[in-house]
Amino acid sequence: MNDFLIILIKTCVIYGCLIGAAALMTLAERKFSAWMQLRYGPNRVGPWGLLQPLADGVKFIFKEELCPDGANPWIFRLAPILSAVPAMLTVAVIPFAGDVNLFGVDCGNLSITDLDIGVLFLVAIGGLSVYGVILGGWASNSKYSLLGGLRASAQMISYELSLILIILCVVAMTGSLDLRAITEAQNTGNPLSWNVFSQPLAFVIFVIATFAETNRHPFDFAECEPELVAGFHTEYSSMKFALFFLGEYCAMIVMACLTTTLFLGGYSVPFWEDAPWFVELGSFCAKAGFFAFLFIWVRWTLPRFRFDQLMHLGWKVFLPLALANLLVTGAVISLA
Amino acid sequence: MLEPYLPILLLVGITAAFGVVNVIVSDLLGGHRAVVSKGDSYECGMAPEGSARLRLSIHFYLVAVLFILFDVESVFLVLWAVAAKSFTAAGVGALVFAEILVFVGLLLAALVYVWRKGGLQWDR
Repeated sequence: MNDFLIILIKTCVIYGCLIGAAALMTLAERKFSAWMQLRYGPNRVGPWGLLQPLADGVKFIFKEELCPDGANPWIFRLAPILSAVPAMLTVAVIPFAGDVNLFGVDCGNLSITDLDIGVLFLVAIGGLSVYGVILGGWASNSKYSLLGGLRASAQMISYELSLILIILCVVAMTGSLDLRAITEAQNTGNPLSWNVFSQPLAFVIFVIATFAETNRHPFDFAECEPELVAGFHTEYSSMKFALFFLGEYCAMIVMACLTTTLFLGGYSVPFWEDAPWFVELGSFCAKAGFFAFLFIWVRWTLPRFRFDQLMHLGWKVFLPLALANLLVTGAVISLA
Repeated sequence: MLEPYLPILLLVGITAAFGVVNVIVSDLLGGHRAVVSKGDSYECGMAPEGSARLRLSIHFYLVAVLFILFDVESVFLVLWAVAAKSFTAAGVGALVFAEILVFVGLLLAALVYVWRKGGLQWDR
């Protein structure tokens, strides 16, 4: 019973933190974009506009639901859920810190669960998000939505290949699909044992592929405003729109966490091998926070690609490079 | 053995409830006022022209088929990647790696074939 209580509390706390972080990231996105354009950004609701996400949420709930004539009402309502739920589920296997000891109670490792197939789970569940996007685009009965949904799904599945192959390089080096085992293999107290130093090319491909995978700038063809208005969620309003948004930001945060775990040693602290769990958590949040910030930074720095350039990059550059990287990694492991 | 999946089941319940409740609550609280042309799909303020159930470009089907091909490849590679170290430890690393080279080589040949055939060409 006590075990179940701990599991329940851990699940709820981590899920709450994910939603909170996604909400904060919507604010950060607007704040940073404002600062980069010499504006103030939201500053009316609470200090520094900190309560803005809350105000947005309340407004979303009381907005009128619009369902276009000719749209498929059931799929139209189901799509936002299908898009948001898998994105939130992927956080389950991310290891945030080591063994947590709170007020003398041993709460186990700080993660919702430690699956021995964690990487596979993350890739498999994360890949389901594409259904929400394409179904939402199709069900809206709008041309912009349809084209946006199509583009988004083509882009997501193209980059998923390079993403998986890159993850396999790290898996081959560790010999485990468990994200905690991958972290522990890098947790030697020496930052040079982080995978980013042994797999620099993989790291670069991975970071760029996460941008394409989450439909972020400079690859945001699903919703590039000058062409497709808002892409697959053109026809969505109120909380259904918010769910798409929340799913997108949750996916970004999980991707930032995954980059940290695979390449930057996860929760390992430089030069301190067995740090207490709160230091590990701080280290993890600092690294993941940087990658979350990178999503925003890049958005306001780079111009957008063209769609054929994106597919060209995915299939003709990243896929062969990722395969070659995997084969070289395999050669080093097998022939050493 | 299935114990690690219990928290995931819990999380599926929480997230699904979160999504469904949000959609239903905003549907109930949002209010509905029927206005002419409110239900039209958005086309920059113009009256919608024709149906949105368009035929899709063949390129998207091609991408989907290629994705399945290479995704299945990566599924097989997962098995090898996990065991690569233990193969080396067992002394058969080079042999297994040679087999993987043949496997990946065949699929690379497929990629080159699609490439040469123009299957990856988007601006046509």
